[in-house]
Amino acid sequence: MDEQKEKNVITDETVRYAAKLARISLDAKEEVLFREQLSDILGYIEQLREVDTEGVLPTTHVLPSMKNVFREDIAAFSISTEDALLNAPDRTENFFKVPKIIKDR
Amino acid sequence: MRDELSCIDVCRKWLEEKPEISSRFVRDLLAHIKRIDQDIKAFAFIDERRVTERAAKIEKLPRDKELRGVPVGIKNNICIKGSLTTCCSRMLETFRPVYDAHVIEKLYSEGALVIEGLNMDEFAFGSSCETSCYGPTRNPIDTSRIPGGSSGGAAAAVRAGEVAASIGSDTGGSIRQPASMCGVVGLKPTYGRVSRYGLIAFASSLDQIGPITRNVADSALMLEVLSGYDKRDSTSVKIDVPKYTESLGKDIKGVRIGVPREYFLEGISSGVRRRVEEAIDVLRELGAEIKDVSLPHTKYAVSCYYIIAPAEASSNLARYDGAQYGYRAKNPADMTDMYISSRNEAFGEEVKRRILLGTYSLSSGYYGEYYLKAQKVRTRISEDFHSAFKQCDCLVTPTSPTTAFGIGEKTMSPIEMYLSDIFTIPANLAGIPAMSVPCGIAENDMPVGLQIMAGPFREEVLMKVAHAFERSSGHEEKLRV
Repeated sequence: MDEQKEKNVITDETVRYAAKLARISLDAKEEVLFREQLSDILGYIEQLREVDTEGVLPTTHVLPSMKNVFREDIAAFSISTEDALLNAPDRTENFFKVPKIIKDR
Repeated sequence: MRDELSCIDVCRKWLEEKPEISSRFVRDLLAHIKRIDQDIKAFAFIDERRVTERAAKIEKLPRDKELRGVPVGIKNNICIKGSLTTCCSRMLETFRPVYDAHVIEKLYSEGALVIEGLNMDEFAFGSSCETSCYGPTRNPIDTSRIPGGSSGGAAAAVRAGEVAASIGSDTGGSIRQPASMCGVVGLKPTYGRVSRYGLIAFASSLDQIGPITRNVADSALMLEVLSGYDKRDSTSVKIDVPKYTESLGKDIKGVRIGVPREYFLEGISSGVRRRVEEAIDVLRELGAEIKDVSLPHTKYAVSCYYIIAPAEASSNLARYDGAQYGYRAKNPADMTDMYISSRNEAFGEEVKRRILLGTYSLSSGYYGEYYLKAQKVRTRISEDFHSAFKQCDCLVTPTSPTTAFGIGEKTMSPIEMYLSDIFTIPANLAGIPAMSVPCGIAENDMPVGLQIMAGPFREEVLMKVAHAFERSSGHEEKLRV
């Protein structure tokens, strides 16, 4: 148990790692704040270990009667190109415009 | 049987006498909303032009439409074609959907006067309506207090008489908790009862749309309008929609009502406990059979939720990258910088906190320990409910452990804020329907809510019990015209 707990200590590095995965950058103040708060929250959540879940199936859908929903693969109209581009931060002709992916040498 | 004092009925009667939804009517309505909303800020913004245009269309509709001309407010995370739908986040500050949500189509087809812009916690992450990028909404009963959240604007607007009803969303209590704190009726239907097509996703295995109303009769009517199968939401369920209004005015003699003892243990304020116990006495006097029941995994619900909801939220919010819609940072150096800077500049603190928490618990090495474990505990919590519903028709509990707290009181402590949803979260985890009805005033003069929960698709039981309770307890908020 102690070993397990140690594993879940939230360090600055853990916070930075999660931030990197989530494509969020944090300033030094946020790093400290989130480290403390995530430690608190995950510390509270530790109580889940008490629950005996041996042989229990994880919930995949709250209504057991629900199965995967399939439909025929038939092309149908959804929205126009113009509509799709309506909220674009930047566009050129019929495309979304984004910064260069390949850097100039 | 519908109640004479139903707010929607009062509206309808008034509109029948003045059949034109005239420009004068809309002007008066908007002036009324703006005047009241100065102190409450239930609306993040009001789009007068669009409301006026809609009214002109309603005038051409047949007179027999259920909600002809009735003003219905919409939480700002439900898509309305062409209208700002922001989730009260800088990220979507200029976002205008190109389609209507299913519930909006339903409201239009019954002639409701849709009014967009109800304030909410950013992306519905919150229990107090304080994380909105437009600033907090205030509780109409005491403006120094929060209205609850995340559908705080929706509950406050109904309570303050700005709209006849409103539409919110509930992922862990976001309809019921603010309804309780503002002294109005809030319903989270069964998962799958109402299509979520056009609801901006928070946690997809938990989200559900529902109405906030003045009273139970209005709730039943709204649920009839909103419910129904929709192939565009693959979690929407293909079963008939009952006439919920026919469950009103029924006797509750012999109805078996369970009282789960775990909901009366920790953190519950004395005022809330007293009002809820009195409510149980009222139900007993009405002939219901009150049973003591146990839901032993209740105390794990908040932990379970704060793994599952942020994990799903972090996945759902990955789409906000500044590429196709939403906020984009100025002059990004490259693509990665565009993603990071856009997200960084446009997401608020609570959104970042939940994304980090969700990303961490789903990250390699922690998935089994957190997400998978939580989904197993969730199964346990659902099993508790299913065995309880073998011996009772519904369960009653407090909706929230306390009445509305002060603005700023809990913003520094995420866990304390999260615990204010301790009694509402279990119904989302189990997918069952749950409703909050007013059950009196605590010693601080703030309203207390009674939560009623039933088995999947048993909303009629909620309506029947809630309506019987409302009529005999006299807690129904009378409409002041």
